Amino acid sequence: MLQKLFKFKGGIKPAYNKQQSTGEPIARAPLPSRLVIPLHQSIGGTPRPVVAVGDKVLKGQLIGEADGWISAAVHASTSGTVTDIGPYLVPHPSGLSIDCVVIEPDGEERWIERQPLDYRTMAPEAVRTYLQQSGVVGLGGAVFPSHAKLTPSRDVPMEELVINGAECEPWITCDDLIMRERAAEIVSGIGLFRDLLQPKRVLIGIEDNKPEAVAAMTAAVQAAGEPFEVQAVPTLYPAGGAKQLIRVLTGKEIPAARRSTDLGVQCFNVATAWTAWRAVAHGEPVISRIVTLTGNVDKPRNWEVLIGTPMDELLPLASPRNDTDGVIMGGPMMGFLIPAPDVPVVKATNCLIAHSPTLFPPKPPEMPCIRCGECARVCPHELQPMDMYWWSRARNFGKAQEAHLFDCIECGCCAYVCPAHIPLVQYFRFAKSEIWAREKERKMAEGAKERFEFKQFREEREKAEKAEKLARAAAAQAAKKAAEAAAAGDGAPPEASPAADAEAAKKAAIAAALERARAQRAQVQARNTENIPPDKAKEIAEIDARRQQAGLEPAVGTPAPGKEA
Amino acid sequence: MDLLIAIAIMALGALVLGAALGYAAVRFKVEGDPIVEKIDAILPQTQCGQCGFPGCKPYAEAIAKGEADINQCPPGGDEGVRKLADLLGKEYKPLSAEHGQEKPKAVAVIREELCIGCTLCIQACPVDAIVGAAKQMHTVVESLCTGCELCIKPCPVECIDMVPVPETLETWKWKYPVIEIKPADNRKAA
Repeated sequence: MLQKLFKFKGGIKPAYNKQQSTGEPIARAPLPSRLVIPLHQSIGGTPRPVVAVGDKVLKGQLIGEADGWISAAVHASTSGTVTDIGPYLVPHPSGLSIDCVVIEPDGEERWIERQPLDYRTMAPEAVRTYLQQSGVVGLGGAVFPSHAKLTPSRDVPMEELVINGAECEPWITCDDLIMRERAAEIVSGIGLFRDLLQPKRVLIGIEDNKPEAVAAMTAAVQAAGEPFEVQAVPTLYPAGGAKQLIRVLTGKEIPAARRSTDLGVQCFNVATAWTAWRAVAHGEPVISRIVTLTGNVDKPRNWEVLIGTPMDELLPLASPRNDTDGVIMGGPMMGFLIPAPDVPVVKATNCLIAHSPTLFPPKPPEMPCIRCGECARVCPHELQPMDMYWWSRARNFGKAQEAHLFDCIECGCCAYVCPAHIPLVQYFRFAKSEIWAREKERKMAEGAKERFEFKQFREEREKAEKAEKLARAAAAQAAKKAAEAAAAGDGAPPEASPAADAEAAKKAAIAAALERARAQRAQVQARNTENIPPDKAKEIAEIDARRQQAGLEPAVGTPAPGKEA
Repeated sequence: MDLLIAIAIMALGALVLGAALGYAAVRFKVEGDPIVEKIDAILPQTQCGQCGFPGCKPYAEAIAKGEADINQCPPGGDEGVRKLADLLGKEYKPLSAEHGQEKPKAVAVIREELCIGCTLCIQACPVDAIVGAAKQMHTVVESLCTGCELCIKPCPVECIDMVPVPETLETWKWKYPVIEIKPADNRKAA
């Protein structure tokens, strides 16, 4: 089944460092002392917590309910007690805290009732909802809710389903190992995706530096009798980027600001297929994932880790060396240093690399760009990173966008080859988040302006309406008066113009109101002088007399006369 | 004779061109002042009145007429002044101190147990971001609040606070890459 492969432009060949962690099979990590499970683990809405502090939960029990269509549920990774729901540090470059559910394991690992699902008899819509409720998200790194990607487009027929087993980033081997050990279940999961999307072809792309995984997947596909095509693709970073792998396997180039589904292609990671199959065939939601522990450690290996495991309880399994001074989550190209050692493993955690100054020497200081064009040569998206850098650095975001900043996948090839050691990706990330923030601000300002203008319009309208109502009431009253006068036999009813009438009526109304108010005041005023004993009444009378003698009201601050009396 | 023909031709030309210009002036008449719209688009639309005008649009109009300076808008900040200077071809100047200072974005929050339901803040809010009715508790719709502080003064029980908006994962931004500057003697040693 040899098929013509295509090429994408650019790319680099960094030191792969994968052999370290592939020597041993996947092992199950021991139960940690506590689990910190962030509610927001996928792109989209933050799930709503459905448990309370003190609740006993079972392994696999729903703890966060999906909020909206682009959102996926979150589950308890083991049985135990919920001890806290609140903000905890999470593995994110910002170092910010988000709401997490903390579970103290009881060590019993008691599962919820698990039931296999006969998805073939179900409506595709129901299967998608089931996957959403099982928390199935893309485990390649972007953690996009998978059910949303499994909805076929209405206008474009699905041509190819691409399964991504390329795993192009150095050091990471979790997909390699899952393909070697769990190929049969991955193939079943791909079958599920195929049934939901109905593509014409299914292509499985694996980089050719993983011959064992290619062999295992080919064998599993043959054993299952599926017509899937397993393809070894040339090892070249970033061949595992969705757009790059699609390009290599199908020859289709996805235009800027379009999605692969517009060209009839959809792409999933192999581990996602595995979790989807576990959810459907075993009723197990996503509560664990394979994590590569490697880098500056003595025992690099892949572990199956419960979501929410604090990283400082996980890393000792690999025996980090003494000079370890940090942990990178993800690969060395696109990963980031975790903000604190105890942040939890999340669905996006594919790899933890112990960082040391000898393994990852500090970058030499940044030097001026000489526009050598090396970055443009390696850019897999055929962008001009030097121009994007130029405009981002100058904070000229409009120009940066014109240089197609938003097509950048932040793969880091440009920064890797830059002879001036410019942290290009950092500039691009800065410019992107700045542009997004501005866009949000602009939308907010537009909304505020609209509401402000509407308020002004409404106030004007209310004023006009009130005036009209008053005029109408006055006219009616005037007409009534005229009718009364006519009935009294006055003979000639006054033929005044309605405007003058209204004016007169208004004046009359105001005078009447004033009169009413005066009467009311007169009634109310004397209340505190009623029902007073005779001696007090006498005292008041004396004071009044003295006041009249003085001929003036007592000034403020003067002691009240008659106090001695 | 030649002279007369020349004058006649020039006069005819002037007539034709004049008529064309006159027609164009009517046909392509610009409604309103487009520069006001452009200035208004730069202003942050908080409608706070700190500039001394009742809203962003009046301020934009005043700038366009040259009656107001470009550095009177604290919510727009330094960047707003720069943008205005760019647009109008004026010299940049720092925010004028008498109109207030640039502050981090905050939203008004009503302490609901103190609110007496007087509706004064609702009337003061320029963007209709406060909901409530007479003798009913009021509350600020956080996502609509522009942080203009106009509701604070009218409140008779002082139950409105300005609370800075905390940074979340959605609003967090990557920082501008900072180049570490190392002392010179270090470098010599290396």
